[in-house]
Amino acid sequence: MKLVLERGDFTRTFHERLKELSGQDLFTCYQCGKCSAGCPSAAVMDAPPHAIVRLAWFGQEDDLMKLNSYWLCAACLTCDLRCPKGIDISRIMEALRVMFLRPREEPDMVPPESLPKDMLSRIPQQALVAGMRKYTK
Amino acid sequence: MNRIGVFCCWCGSNIAGVLDLDRVLEETAKIPGVAHTEYYKYFCSQPGQEMVINAIREHELDGVVMAACSPSMHEGTFRKAAQRAGLNEYQLEIVNVREQCSWVHQLEKDAATDKAIKLIAAMVEKTKQNEPLTAGTAPVVQRALVIGAGISGMQAALDIANGGCEVVLVEKEPSIGGHMAQLSETFPTLDCSQCIMTPRMVEVAQHENIRLMTYSNVDEVTGNVGNFHVKVRTKAAFVDRDTCTGCGLCIEKCPAKTSSEFSRGLENRKAIYVNSPQAVPNQPVIDAEHCMYLLNGKCGVCKKVCEIGAIDYEQEDRFEEIDVGAIVVATGYDLYDQKEFPEFGGGEIPDVIDGLQFERLNSASGPTLGEIRRPSDGKIPKQIVFIQCCGSRDPENGVPYCSRICCMYTGKQAMLYKHKVHDGQAYVFYMDIRAGGKGYEEFIQRGIEETNTIYFRGRVSRLYRQNGKVMVSGVDTLSGQTIEIPADMVVLATAIVPSEGAAQVAETLNVATSESGFFAEAHVKLRPVETQRRGIFLAGCAQAPKDIPDAVSQAGCAASKALALLASRQLKSEAQVAIVDEERCAACGMCVAACPYGARTLDEERNVAEVDESLCEGCGACVATCLNKACELKNLTSRQISTMVGEL
Repeated sequence: MKLVLERGDFTRTFHERLKELSGQDLFTCYQCGKCSAGCPSAAVMDAPPHAIVRLAWFGQEDDLMKLNSYWLCAACLTCDLRCPKGIDISRIMEALRVMFLRPREEPDMVPPESLPKDMLSRIPQQALVAGMRKYTK
Repeated sequence: MNRIGVFCCWCGSNIAGVLDLDRVLEETAKIPGVAHTEYYKYFCSQPGQEMVINAIREHELDGVVMAACSPSMHEGTFRKAAQRAGLNEYQLEIVNVREQCSWVHQLEKDAATDKAIKLIAAMVEKTKQNEPLTAGTAPVVQRALVIGAGISGMQAALDIANGGCEVVLVEKEPSIGGHMAQLSETFPTLDCSQCIMTPRMVEVAQHENIRLMTYSNVDEVTGNVGNFHVKVRTKAAFVDRDTCTGCGLCIEKCPAKTSSEFSRGLENRKAIYVNSPQAVPNQPVIDAEHCMYLLNGKCGVCKKVCEIGAIDYEQEDRFEEIDVGAIVVATGYDLYDQKEFPEFGGGEIPDVIDGLQFERLNSASGPTLGEIRRPSDGKIPKQIVFIQCCGSRDPENGVPYCSRICCMYTGKQAMLYKHKVHDGQAYVFYMDIRAGGKGYEEFIQRGIEETNTIYFRGRVSRLYRQNGKVMVSGVDTLSGQTIEIPADMVVLATAIVPSEGAAQVAETLNVATSESGFFAEAHVKLRPVETQRRGIFLAGCAQAPKDIPDAVSQAGCAASKALALLASRQLKSEAQVAIVDEERCAACGMCVAACPYGARTLDEERNVAEVDESLCEGCGACVATCLNKACELKNLTSRQISTMVGEL
């Protein structure tokens, strides 16, 4: 990959949106990798959590959106617990999911009432929440 | 009949791990005259020394051979122990079986053991012929010389002067302050360099115990610890700097301009100049290479405008000889030349500058009065790239060592840039961030978090000009991406190298430098401010790259060592000195010429050569020179040497 940082296209807007949605300051990250070291999903992610923060740091929104990492985050919060700078990486993952979903034309959510009742009792809470989230348009 | 004791030290496993010390003891015990043999894990330790002392008393030893580490390490230790046991200290000799046997022959244990036995046998024979010696004493000159008046030299001079001793402070530049006077603000507290420096410069200039000699070099140093004879050359300034009031009219009127060294080429200065308006002393000097009068006899404007007649075109270099007891070397550093980086434009791209140039741009007294403007067109750079490790940690193309201060000053410069250019973006390319100092890590993080400086982990491969920009081709190894930035200005954190004159000073002082050209300390850990030559101490970047707090600490340490030396007033001189067999001496005078310490003279009346024992260092140059074999060294006579050779 090659990243060209022209002045003007390197703007704060992406950072600011991410900060607003996640409440986290990317610039405190050391890039020590402790989040990725303990992440149970890192092995199957396109890019492990610390690399997600790195790309976000450089404002590479388009590249980030193509990755599966934030969908595979199980929100176990191990990264948040271990981070030496107190960054809640899971919140950044959540913010990325929000950023992906919000601009979509068609509602992509799965309303709970559309699911069969017996399924509702079987699917994990996380999946249920994910199915209805954040389409606010 | 002699009674020699042989003591073999294990040196932990350093010696015992290679040599078969049981066999060493067994064999050395057979040598005629050896009355006692013993080994121990650490003879240099307190119980080890007690063992030697007890053995000397118990076995009534009249000579001791220590098979141990280098004499430069523990000869003093063991000789003091021998003295405590009532033995003359010069009856104790060291055989260096660590550096000369176990360390160099680790894989040939038997052969190493054989070699050790032979060396010990030779030393036993020498020791048998040793005579008890008494060292004389020589007075210590109560004055110190400090070479270099940057922050380290100034600090050392002030500390010695405040300790009550006279100091001669020699600086090659026209004014003092060194590189610190060029800096804008200093990490990690962002104190203005001028604000903390200028009062100290004034203190140095006004101190009653400090004699300041600027625009001067140390040309020659003879003599020895406690009594060095120093020849100082004060370069012709073509200005009588004692009567000059520093009004500056001559500078204003001088028509000849050249690039300013102090501003690192970012602005011009006149041919008659001071480094900065805050210079101490602020009397100017004339640069003969650019003065039109001195070059071709035309002009003379400065002389016409000087109301007190301080301009003197006839002035010549002046020489002065000064005796000092101790010397502190504080010759500082220079930056690695940008020309060495062809991939970064080799100094040809005007908007690629080095760290000190950025300091001048950011300095309120600099060429832009503190505004960050790029050299090519004076515009304010909106994208600025800092590149760390330029030349440092690059054994192939630069220097192998880390320059230690670049991480910190780059972080500082990125922060200060953002303080002045609010809508600008700073990028830093780094290999590792080395922020190991009090408050340093916090400072770097503060810079990143508060100013959103983007740090790329990786080096830059190339810089080139395109459409008024400096194109930066680098990499971020953390994300695996190559990075391209069209920058408005680039700052290179070039490696710190020994100052230009350091090699010459080292030669003049006859002290060693390390591979990198910095002055070598006597011991990296335990004697970091001493050189191998007694009475010569190191301070600041002369020894290795360091920041201001470290330089000031080391300068204080060097000063306290110098003061301790001066406070002793009398120094024990060398006891193993040269002696002259007057029957054989033909008074040819060759020894006088050979002696590097000026210890040899001819007695014209008696027609013999003489030795001044207070000056003789026992180097043996006279012994080697003497054609009549009239010269010997005490306890290292030619008879002793041939007996030793016979044992090998």
